[in-house]
Amino acid sequence: MSKKMNTVVSVLIVASILIILNVLVMLRVIDEYASQVLTIAGINVIIALGLNLISGFTGQLALGHAGFMAVGAYTTAALMMKLHLPTLVAVFGGALMSAFFGFLIGLPTLRLRGDYLAIVTLGFGEIIRVLMINLPELTGGPAGLKGIPTFTTNFFWRPVLSFALVYLTMTLVVVLLNNLLNSSHGAAIISIREDEIAANAMGINVFYYKIFAFTLSAFIGGLGGALYAPFFGYLSPNMFNFQKSVEFLIIVVLGGMGNLTGTVVAGIGLTYLQEILRFLKDYRLVIYPIILIIVMIFQPSGIMGLFGNKEFSLTRFVGKLAGKQLSGEQSSDKAGEVQ
Amino acid sequence: MLKVENLDVYYGNIRALHEVSFEVKKGEIVTLIGANGAGKTTVLHAISGLVPVRSGKVDFLDQDLTTMAPHKIVQLGLAHVPEGRRIFANLTVKENLEMGAYTRKDTKAVKSDYEQVFTRFPRLKERLNQMAGTLSGGEQQMLAIGRTLMSRPKLVLMDEPSMGLAPLLVGEIFNIIKEINAAGTTILLVEQNAQMALSIADRAYVLETGRVVLQGDAKTLADSEEVRKAYLGG
Repeated sequence: MSKKMNTVVSVLIVASILIILNVLVMLRVIDEYASQVLTIAGINVIIALGLNLISGFTGQLALGHAGFMAVGAYTTAALMMKLHLPTLVAVFGGALMSAFFGFLIGLPTLRLRGDYLAIVTLGFGEIIRVLMINLPELTGGPAGLKGIPTFTTNFFWRPVLSFALVYLTMTLVVVLLNNLLNSSHGAAIISIREDEIAANAMGINVFYYKIFAFTLSAFIGGLGGALYAPFFGYLSPNMFNFQKSVEFLIIVVLGGMGNLTGTVVAGIGLTYLQEILRFLKDYRLVIYPIILIIVMIFQPSGIMGLFGNKEFSLTRFVGKLAGKQLSGEQSSDKAGEVQ
Repeated sequence: MLKVENLDVYYGNIRALHEVSFEVKKGEIVTLIGANGAGKTTVLHAISGLVPVRSGKVDFLDQDLTTMAPHKIVQLGLAHVPEGRRIFANLTVKENLEMGAYTRKDTKAVKSDYEQVFTRFPRLKERLNQMAGTLSGGEQQMLAIGRTLMSRPKLVLMDEPSMGLAPLLVGEIFNIIKEINAAGTTILLVEQNAQMALSIADRAYVLETGRVVLQGDAKTLADSEEVRKAYLGG
């Protein structure tokens, strides 16, 4: 089989997995509770993928992705409720607004070397949360924003549509990031993480690529938030606190900084873990960090470090099944391992 | 080729360079020597745009570099082998070399340049798919030099290539620098190992606390009483 065939087969496999999962949701084989958890997991994965781009691949620690999620979510809600825009347009608008904020924050801070971005994004996350509390006309204030139109009001289709949209978006984000990171732009981004001075010496426009990565990261973070608003139908400022930002960072670190496969696995795994530990009530807040500490002691490079930090590649997998190993080829897709 | 005039650089309120002036002509090896903190690295950083210049002029092939962005300077053909090698540790040797050719669009010529780097550094070819961080110090320095050559520079700034290397390897690296120069690349070399630097250089400048205090022919300087006392241990 040629490389092209492998890619085609991979795309077909991913498409059929997505369709099968959706049919399972539709037939309620995956019940509503499970599909809801999976949808939230998908949103978490999307935002964590965005965070991984700037923190894992570009090496700039960001601590405010809950803020970008909030900007995406509230903008989408406002576009739908005040301007009555169609859902998908509003979702895209929310993500764009978040990217705009990312660009504004990045402009002054990314010129500097070091941890300034971490501090500024940390502040940004809190500022956004406080703003949301104090702008009741737009956000409903501390009581939260109710009555956001959901994807559909039909009880049968609602979980199916949410699930389909979130996982389709997640797949597209993975493909986009994977292609970007394997291009020469990606090489520039990764070399900034490895050594900023050396990257400069190679003739890479370090500032441009940092801004680019951060804006795209904010866009993806906002996209996750934008999907959250019409999925949940309710937003409250306290959903987007500092703890939420840290949760995304934990997903990235646990999955492996600079590894997309790891983020997908860890994002879904950790969201499920929170559900499984629910019977422990508040004690789960103790169990959760303990698991993290153990992982960090015994597997500091994250779960993908166990596999040599390689990305899972469906095309390579297909190639192997076909009996021909295609070395060095990167896959288009990791959504195949969603479950 | 490169002309630096009255260069002043400040770190905050601290003056690091006092009206430093020197010149590098095409085909030369020029070395800046001096003790720790004399400002050698600062001079190189100021030339490649990594620190802002307060006043003075840096002229490279009739272009002023003082306000130019670092990545643009590389495109002009002025490459920098930074202090401490600064290879991309988590990338393979091959990927490191690819990054060196980042600014180039002429894919065919790049391919032949790989071969040239491999003939010069056979060890890099053996370790092509190895993570650069797992190389030995000498190999890393070779990679740092090879990576810089991939951009086909007209002038290479080398910052302390002997740092942290065994004496035997230092000799090897200096031989390579001589060879690269013989092949037509002009070199500005910054070194603490003054003896070694003077032995391969055409001309030299001695820096002391941010000022050029001595300059001249490398041989003459190596024999001069002052330099011997201050830098060559008697």
